[in-house]
Amino acid sequence: MKVKLENLSKRWGKVVGADHINLDINDGEFVAFLGPSGCGKTTTLLMVAGIYKPTEGNIWFDNQVVNYMTPKDRNIGMVFQSYALYPHMNVFQNISYPLKLKKVPKNDMRERAQRVADMMGIGHLMDRRPAQLSGGQQQRVALGRALVKEPQLLLFDEPLSNLDARLRLSMRGEIKRLVIELGITAIYVTHDQVEAMTMADRIAVMKEGKLQAYDPPDELYDQPRTLFVAGFVGNPPMNFLEVEVSRKNGDYHAHREKFDAIVPTEQGEKTAGKGNVIMGIRPEDITISDEGVGGEIYVVEPLGRDDLVTVQIGEAIVHVLADPVLGLKMGQNVTLDFSTHKVQFFDPQTEKSLLWAE
Amino acid sequence: MTLRKRFGRAVPYVLLIITVLPVIVGYFWLILSSFSISTEGLRSTGFTLSNWSFLRGSPFGRGYPSIWKVTLNTFVVAIGMTIAVIVVSSLAGYALSRLNFPGRKSFLSLTLILHAFPSVTLLIGIYFVLRTLKLYNTVLGVGLVMIGFELPFGIWLMKGFFDNVSWDMERAAMIDGASRLRVWGEIILPTIKPGIAALAIFAFISGWNAWLIPKTFTIGAGQQATLSVYLENFRGDTVAVQWGAVTAVGLFQLIPVAIFFIFTQDLLLSIYAGGAKGGT
Repeated sequence: MKVKLENLSKRWGKVVGADHINLDINDGEFVAFLGPSGCGKTTTLLMVAGIYKPTEGNIWFDNQVVNYMTPKDRNIGMVFQSYALYPHMNVFQNISYPLKLKKVPKNDMRERAQRVADMMGIGHLMDRRPAQLSGGQQQRVALGRALVKEPQLLLFDEPLSNLDARLRLSMRGEIKRLVIELGITAIYVTHDQVEAMTMADRIAVMKEGKLQAYDPPDELYDQPRTLFVAGFVGNPPMNFLEVEVSRKNGDYHAHREKFDAIVPTEQGEKTAGKGNVIMGIRPEDITISDEGVGGEIYVVEPLGRDDLVTVQIGEAIVHVLADPVLGLKMGQNVTLDFSTHKVQFFDPQTEKSLLWAE
Repeated sequence: MTLRKRFGRAVPYVLLIITVLPVIVGYFWLILSSFSISTEGLRSTGFTLSNWSFLRGSPFGRGYPSIWKVTLNTFVVAIGMTIAVIVVSSLAGYALSRLNFPGRKSFLSLTLILHAFPSVTLLIGIYFVLRTLKLYNTVLGVGLVMIGFELPFGIWLMKGFFDNVSWDMERAAMIDGASRLRVWGEIILPTIKPGIAALAIFAFISGWNAWLIPKTFTIGAGQQATLSVYLENFRGDTVAVQWGAVTAVGLFQLIPVAIFFIFTQDLLLSIYAGGAKGGT
């Protein structure tokens, strides 16, 4: 099923939950709503679910406006952060509850619930109460309950936040595989950018009720449209430096106090002569080399595969991912190479990208 | 263990014993007196079952109801009250907890004020209302008034329990396809069962023990009397109080409440501790 949000807004008096959201979701697409808490992603999701009525705008399911359709008529399944299992019912009753409400015949109901439970790997737990299950098992019951009525749209509201790190990793993969296999359109709300990046076909980044960007993960990562997106996506986060770009001897240079780096021509052309701009560069795109900008190592944090090195350059602080083999030490002087084509530039006033603005 | 530590341990027990002792002595005397010809302090002057003769026939002579009729009245009031309070409170509490409607805030504060209001001041007004409705001196009238006085407490209590149920569960049920009423009945109510049980006990006990309202709105120990009012009849203006009979009826009245308490102690504890402990 295709979903389309058209100028969708939700306001409670002066409080704005969602502010003129426009986006399309294709049939079978897996879309993540990503943003910090309070950004309106859950509000938007609940409007799609039919729990909240939009203040303004329309929600389209295929060719139908569903603004005033009740949740039960929307044929959707939803998984909540708290799982929201019914504590007084056992697993079978939980999973079959949507079918019971649809008045599916008893035998049919039993069969379908069992099939879904087996698919989720909880077929042997049918008689247990939710309180007797582990977090991961509860999560599977919640998924089973969402899937059992064969919905046309699956909604996830931070479903993995309550799981421990290891379980989160495996459930992440399982949910992704499940959704792709079933070919159901899905919306997945999360504040965890890794979840969004790894699972979604497209990510809608939100901030303060507004849609900031709506792009596939790689594009979001490599061509961030706004300063917020650039800073929010990626871990460790992108470095930002206020610089001025100018042309010297045929090369473009980004410079500030005690800082002078060569910028690729493509980026330089778009930013030279614009006064102060914000340069963004990811920690993994900076390399420690023999030539470049000099600085002093402030601290080294081993992450296992890499060392996260914080380098002080004049007033500025830059995070760099370095190979542990280099054996960098606190207080050591290093030179950094910033000459990458992945460097980003933003307008400090509008906070929009100077490279990818439409 | 040092003497000092031992002493420190004993202190709470001593304090508890001192505070509870009068109550225990009271109950002891109650039981003793009901089986005695008379008592001198805490000493019986002789065993008798005559105090319990009220169980057969009326001790007050013809025209007075038997104890069983009075007990039935009391049951009707207490159970009717329990059911009405549960039904109205759980519906109103749900609406106040979950729905946003005009006047919600003022309704909430009004019920709180009503709860705090001394009911004695309303007695005369209610008397006129009941007389106009031809409900004076009826079990129904007494029941209605008592329900009215109990509701503010019940509604607030139930609202508190509903407030503790996660919104997600309700949303999940609505997405699963349940109507609002089914969500209430099949999902929310079962999860706040301890709260409902506790409110039921409160309502039953307050209905069972009520004296002021039945006394005010019925005539003496007539056909519409409840146990508390009936009990009062032993205290006549012209005859000496038959303490033996009073204690026996008192003990008789105590039995259902005591049984209730024994079976529901855990639930009462959970409500005093301030909320539902989940419905598992």
